[in-house]
Amino acid sequence: MIEIINLTKKYGQIVAVNNISFTVKKGEIVGFLGPNGAGKSTTMNIITGYLPSTAGTVKVDGYDILTQPKEVKKRIGYLPEAPPLYRDMTVTEYLRFVSSLKGVARGKQQGQMADIMELVGLTDHRKRLIDNLSKGYRQRVGLAQALVGNPEVLILDEPTVGLDPKQIIEIRRVIKALAEERTIILSSHILPEVSAICERVVIINNGVIAAEDTTSRLSDDINQFLKLTMIIMGNQEKIVKTIKTIDGVKYIEAAAKTEDNAYKYIIESDKDVREQVFYKLAKAGCPILESKPSTMTLEDIFINVVTQGTEDK
Amino acid sequence: MWTIAKREIGSYFKSPIAYVLIGLFILLISIFFWPRLQASRGDFITILGDMGFFLIFIVPILTMRALAEDRKNGTEVLLMTSPTSLYKIVVGKFIGAYTVFLVITGISFIYPLIIVIMGGVFTIQLTGGYIGFLLLGAAFIAIGILASAVTENQIISAIISFVALLVMWVADTLATTVGGIVGVILEWISLISRYQVFTKGILGLAEVVYLLSFTIVILFLTVRIIERRRWVQG
Repeated sequence: MIEIINLTKKYGQIVAVNNISFTVKKGEIVGFLGPNGAGKSTTMNIITGYLPSTAGTVKVDGYDILTQPKEVKKRIGYLPEAPPLYRDMTVTEYLRFVSSLKGVARGKQQGQMADIMELVGLTDHRKRLIDNLSKGYRQRVGLAQALVGNPEVLILDEPTVGLDPKQIIEIRRVIKALAEERTIILSSHILPEVSAICERVVIINNGVIAAEDTTSRLSDDINQFLKLTMIIMGNQEKIVKTIKTIDGVKYIEAAAKTEDNAYKYIIESDKDVREQVFYKLAKAGCPILESKPSTMTLEDIFINVVTQGTEDK
Repeated sequence: MWTIAKREIGSYFKSPIAYVLIGLFILLISIFFWPRLQASRGDFITILGDMGFFLIFIVPILTMRALAEDRKNGTEVLLMTSPTSLYKIVVGKFIGAYTVFLVITGISFIYPLIIVIMGGVFTIQLTGGYIGFLLLGAAFIAIGILASAVTENQIISAIISFVALLVMWVADTLATTVGGIVGVILEWISLISRYQVFTKGILGLAEVVYLLSFTIVILFLTVRIIERRRWVQG
């Protein structure tokens, strides 16, 4: 549905997006992840036709944004980072304006607007001036605006930024509901959000794609290493030595002291070593007080990918 | 196009801008009209000449927000990513501002009406003069729209269009002083010399064509400027 091929964008000498390519299939919901200033918004602005690219192409449903912008724009609903609202209008006035702007037939406008307002929870606020709405509700109006015209593709730039936790959950619920029949690209620098909503993640850093895969497979990649956090009683040196002898252990680190004569250890290995650790430590007379496996979250993956990228430079 | 124009008009009348401008305009005309009324002179057409001058102050305030505000608020993104062409956006903005101008012009009809009531006549010349005034307004508003496209700051936009209009107002006088190529150019952009033809009571075809094409060219330039900005600075 969306093809991005060798896309580059330069602002003068600064390269904001450097030769990125990825595709989004119809019906897919993709998380576009990256730290602030990574090039997320720039990429989205190009996909939606707000900014022209320096090089490369973007195709939506087979139409090129440069040569057939109108066809592309008809298919996209865009919620930019700052919702594009006219604050001197009421919610209904604004949505009617957007409907006409997007060429929704006059007869259909009323019904569609009612549906959208119901979906994003604006029905009770429809007669209020946008200027008088809270930030969370303005964000909803922004989302409603993107839904006008029932576009097949939704591009949402940080849709939950600045909302309170309850609103975030609600907006996520709305997005998930929308995902059933639409193709969605959603950007965020908040990781749980992406792992909660998206099937696939594209991580962008410094204008290049740092990683791209399904959320679960990205976790698998990193979890080829097993990570254990243990609290063990006994002589620190002896324990480290003992554990190091176990086949499969790659790394051990003594962390904070937790109680008298007991320390916290972080053990990384490439296979399951829990049994071995138990027997060896028992033999050495060092009891394990606590043991828990830690799986890597998307957060770890992200930091891993992003810091790796910086170190490579 | 009409969607944008309609929103603009609504926005003008929701904010104090439209009312302030109408008030200001009426005040200015009244100041100039009163002495004539007292002297029982029925030549409103000379006041039309003054009204052209008032536009230099009124148009910049009218158009300063047209495109600049969209850029500042981020609503530009909405307009640009909608399946509407840039031409329709710019022309829509123009029509919006022009409608407010039409309302202001309509209100100024009170004065010739007073003359008619008091026994004067609404002359053919005055009709011609009003046509000229409407065309001059279009050209001025186009310049104001252009000025609002080059900056996101409304105040700067207003200053640019004010200075541009002022230069055009004095261009004729300057042209004769400066002479040479600069003089020719100044004469060429002198909207006033064209307008003065109307206020003398002549409906000149050349002047009508000039003012109309001037408006169209400026609006076209506005579109080009916005497009260029998108490519250059992004």
